[in-house]
Amino acid sequence: MLESLLALGGLVLLRDSVEWEGRSLLKALIKKSALCGEQVHILGCEVSEEEFREGFDSNINSRLVYHDLFRDPLNWSKTGEALPGGPLEALRALCRRTDPGPVTIALDSLSWLLLHLPCTTLCQTLHTLSRQDSCHGDSSPGEQVHVLGLLHEELHGPGPLGALSSLAQTEVTLSGALGQASAHILYRRPQQRPSHQTQWFSILPDFSLELQRGPPLESQPYPDPHTPSMDPTTHLTFNLRLSKKEREAKDSLTLPFQFSSEKQQALLCPGLGQPTSHIFYEPDAYDDLDQEDPDDDLDV
Amino acid sequence: MFPELNNLLNTTPDQVEQGKLTLLCDAKTDGSFLVHHFLSFYLKANCKVCFVALIQSFSHYNIVGQKLGVSLTTARECGQLVFLEGLKSAVDVFFRPQEEPHPLQFLREANSGNLQPLYEFVQEALKPMDSGEAAWRCPVLLVDDLSVLLSLGVGAVAVLDFVHYCRATVCREWKGNVVALVHDSGDAEDEENDILLNGLGHQSHLILRAEGLATGFCKDVHGQLRILWRRSSQPTAQRDRSLTYQYKIQDKNVSFFAKGMSPAVL
Repeated sequence: MLESLLALGGLVLLRDSVEWEGRSLLKALIKKSALCGEQVHILGCEVSEEEFREGFDSNINSRLVYHDLFRDPLNWSKTGEALPGGPLEALRALCRRTDPGPVTIALDSLSWLLLHLPCTTLCQTLHTLSRQDSCHGDSSPGEQVHVLGLLHEELHGPGPLGALSSLAQTEVTLSGALGQASAHILYRRPQQRPSHQTQWFSILPDFSLELQRGPPLESQPYPDPHTPSMDPTTHLTFNLRLSKKEREAKDSLTLPFQFSSEKQQALLCPGLGQPTSHIFYEPDAYDDLDQEDPDDDLDV
Repeated sequence: MFPELNNLLNTTPDQVEQGKLTLLCDAKTDGSFLVHHFLSFYLKANCKVCFVALIQSFSHYNIVGQKLGVSLTTARECGQLVFLEGLKSAVDVFFRPQEEPHPLQFLREANSGNLQPLYEFVQEALKPMDSGEAAWRCPVLLVDDLSVLLSLGVGAVAVLDFVHYCRATVCREWKGNVVALVHDSGDAEDEENDILLNGLGHQSHLILRAEGLATGFCKDVHGQLRILWRRSSQPTAQRDRSLTYQYKIQDKNVSFFAKGMSPAVL
């Protein structure tokens, strides 16, 4: 289920496209984590902090720590405001955090990191990040690290996509139809077969997740609300149904070209009641009435 | 500017949305009419415009601008328009001493450098005046076009970084707008261009895509325009609205109509 995406821990990949964007879902999952009491660290590369925090109330915003890689990721302004060491160092700093308690790390976006860092380095760092619970010897199983990564599918080739996919415990691919978004979820549980699920959902203005039961009901591409659906069998000029009497009469009707025994008898011996027909012929001058059979001389 | 396109986009020069990135792309047709529209639109809206024109000369844009009711010469003289004429200044790069930074510095570099000098040119051109009074409504960066940078040897990631910085400064900090044209290669396998186009698509608030008709050329319908609104502040209020219209380019105007409803056909 979409709500229990974070229960498994590890890396959750949100794969979106230009048409079906995934940042709203990312924010909805972050809101869920924050409401569960977790602290959320966001490595923001694509949108500014104000834009990311928009829509969250102050209760949730107080639990979000935004590491700003948007304003000056490559240190072009040289004002010293940029995060030191660039994107890789910022990512590694997240690995080294020592706050106690469950934590969610959101990477917005993995695509940006993948375009600016070598794929192998990024994968190794992600692996370290999502396997952190094994590093702390005394942590209870409940204190897992959840990593959410937003990935724009069209920007990368099959190699990097496959590498990230193999690191992920859960992959959510966003698509949709007729204005309704859907998520195709692939779970990889350890020592079990991967399981698939498709969930239709929508995200409310306050970034809570609303699950829909199925695809949108209107299947016509241009639904016209003004024409009600009409029953085409009303107002016909012919009869579509037969009454019982009509059905009996139909069944007992003999068809004209059906050869039944009655018809045979009727043909063989014309009954007394049947009027015989006579032919009256007046031969004219050119007729040659020869009584002989013209076929007699054939040797057949 | 084309009044019919303003109606479709629901804007007027008096009410300009700020802080937006608009992506113009064209596939199998020429989308430069959109560039002329936005240039004249923002000049009429009293915005300060920095136009990075890499494709055509100043006089070309000026002639078309005059048909649409703006004079680029006047705008440049009074400081409303900062015009980087790529065709002319590209030659200057080679005749300047190397220490002086030039916006098109990347032309001199053997390996595909970054576009930081170009970004600094834009920053210098559009930064708000310190005088305190707002002479112009908001800064606008217009680029025609980004695909040619790929042809000139800049990598797709470098161009994306340039647009990223322009967004961070012009859109976010100064509440201005950025409009850029990218060509869609379509069937041709151009991975760098696809990365650029899709990468910008994810960052854009509005995508205008001019496409040629699938059935070929036509005298009365020059193409089809797809409009996609993205990243509205409320996630589901207007879930990524998309509209499609067909258009015909005339001498001083572009007329838009619903698909199949061209006046020549009806």
